[in-house]
Amino acid sequence: MNKMIITGAAAAIFLILAALSAPLLTSYDYKAQDLNIRLAPPDAKHIFGTDELGRDVFSRMLYGARVSMTVGIIAVLISAVIGILFGAVAGFFGGFIDNIIMRFVDIMLTIPTLFLILMLIVFLGPSIVNVMIIIGLTSWTDIARLIRAEVMSVKKLAYVDAARLIGLKRRTIILKHIMPNILGPVFVYMTFGISGAILTESGLSFLGLGVQPPYPSWGNILTAGKDYIHTAWWMVFYPGLAIFLAVFSYNILGEGLRDYFNPRLKRENK
Amino acid sequence: MKQYILKRLLLIIPVLIGITVITFAIVHLTPGGFVRSNMEMNVKVSPDSMERLKVLYGLDRPLYEQYFKWLWRFVRFDFGESFIDNRPVLDKVLERLPATLLLNIVSLTVIFFLGIIIGVTSALKRNSFYDRFMTLFTFIGYSVPAFWLALILMMVFAVKWPILPVSGITSFNFDMMSAGEQALDVMWHLILPVFITAFGGLAYISRYVKSSMIESLTQQYTIAAYAKGLPENRIIYKNALKNSLLPVITLLGLSLPGLIGGSFIFETIFAWPGMGRLAYESAMTFDYPVIMGTVTMAAFLTLLGNLIADISYALVDPRIRYR
Repeated sequence: MNKMIITGAAAAIFLILAALSAPLLTSYDYKAQDLNIRLAPPDAKHIFGTDELGRDVFSRMLYGARVSMTVGIIAVLISAVIGILFGAVAGFFGGFIDNIIMRFVDIMLTIPTLFLILMLIVFLGPSIVNVMIIIGLTSWTDIARLIRAEVMSVKKLAYVDAARLIGLKRRTIILKHIMPNILGPVFVYMTFGISGAILTESGLSFLGLGVQPPYPSWGNILTAGKDYIHTAWWMVFYPGLAIFLAVFSYNILGEGLRDYFNPRLKRENK
Repeated sequence: MKQYILKRLLLIIPVLIGITVITFAIVHLTPGGFVRSNMEMNVKVSPDSMERLKVLYGLDRPLYEQYFKWLWRFVRFDFGESFIDNRPVLDKVLERLPATLLLNIVSLTVIFFLGIIIGVTSALKRNSFYDRFMTLFTFIGYSVPAFWLALILMMVFAVKWPILPVSGITSFNFDMMSAGEQALDVMWHLILPVFITAFGGLAYISRYVKSSMIESLTQQYTIAAYAKGLPENRIIYKNALKNSLLPVITLLGLSLPGLIGGSFIFETIFAWPGMGRLAYESAMTFDYPVIMGTVTMAAFLTLLGNLIADISYALVDPRIRYR
């Protein structure tokens, strides 16, 4: 274990805990408006200030953390399932099937991802569920290519030949003998995937294509804040800082995991 | 070499067809749609006139017929007309392309220039304070949401100290300027967007160059060069650097989708008149021909860029050519 894994994991766990225990950490309802204190600067009662409807920004951010964490994790799970499936099948069988899958990956890589996400969001309608699914559906190509390459190299190793020789089923070979060996890189990709999904979701919500008001997300708090950058800096500063810290901690975790699973790098650093 | 290029060219065709199928499918198979979303809620539009609209735009025909009609026009570089203002799609895309290309070419130049310098120097001073600082700095850039950074910089440079423009690509009195002033004005508007894009993209290149440089420095030929007693500077800058920069060409190819597609989130904030915003605007109004035109053209140009990157890589690296 290295420092980066510990720091990143601690920060990520902290964020998840904060999101889970949102009702315990704040006494304000994230929807409760108080028009007497519209756009009030941070003070002891509202530590991150209030927004244009007098709602507590800190509470909205805590509930917004739920959105970000859920979207990040679910979107990555979707993309990992698709990516592992396509990658493993392509790498294991090779030949025609591999060719078809990889051409499809090529196509996905050629269409700018943000355009693809934009089209799907607009046509399917903006909602948090759609955002998760769409991010998942558009971000599996990296994992697929990684898995394919790994499976192809693992496939040639002696123990896989041995497994085949003693007559094990293909499915057993893939699941029991090949997959465990490539889990490391998968974890690395998934961790980076979470931060990427959080970033995309906040960007979409910022444009009104993600989580819809009155439900809070870090992105849509920023949208409202954008109109008040002259007067209410806290509506822009804090939610963005939260996005940054979440993305940053998952990235550090991913970076640490990458080092951890890469034995060659470990040797170099010693 | 000829064979390699020919093979790559042939491989493009199925991918290109796939792109058109996917784009067409997304646009046409999803619920909602142009006529419905723009007319259905409007009580002034009768069902009868909605039908007539569908006929006018050819939306009443079977899907495969619409697809092949569109494909046939597409092959002849006819992308149809916008549903919204009836202008040719090609014109709309071509007028947006320069802004996106300008922003991204300038940003990419900055990113590659600084990224290579940071990567090489970090590789040479591995694990030093400088190396750690640069890693952290580029990593922060990689993690910071561009639209937030844009808003923060707007607060600082437009609200607090209004010294930099934060919106659009030209000033309002652009037409009255001389050519020199116009160039300066555009550069002036580029500063913040380029800074933000470059800050975000630096980590990728510098890390790549760094690890590739470290690898070259530990290769046999480098050790051999040292053993031969060549001056260190020559080993580093001639042998190692040259070899570690080869893969950067591929990176350039991989950066192309962003280069042409642009980012609609970013372009919306800066009111940057680029391709990303065109895609955003046309998607929001269900302007089918424009969306399909924008997406397929961006994909097509990306494909072309990747091809050029691959061919130039094969040209400089003989190992690829003879495979």
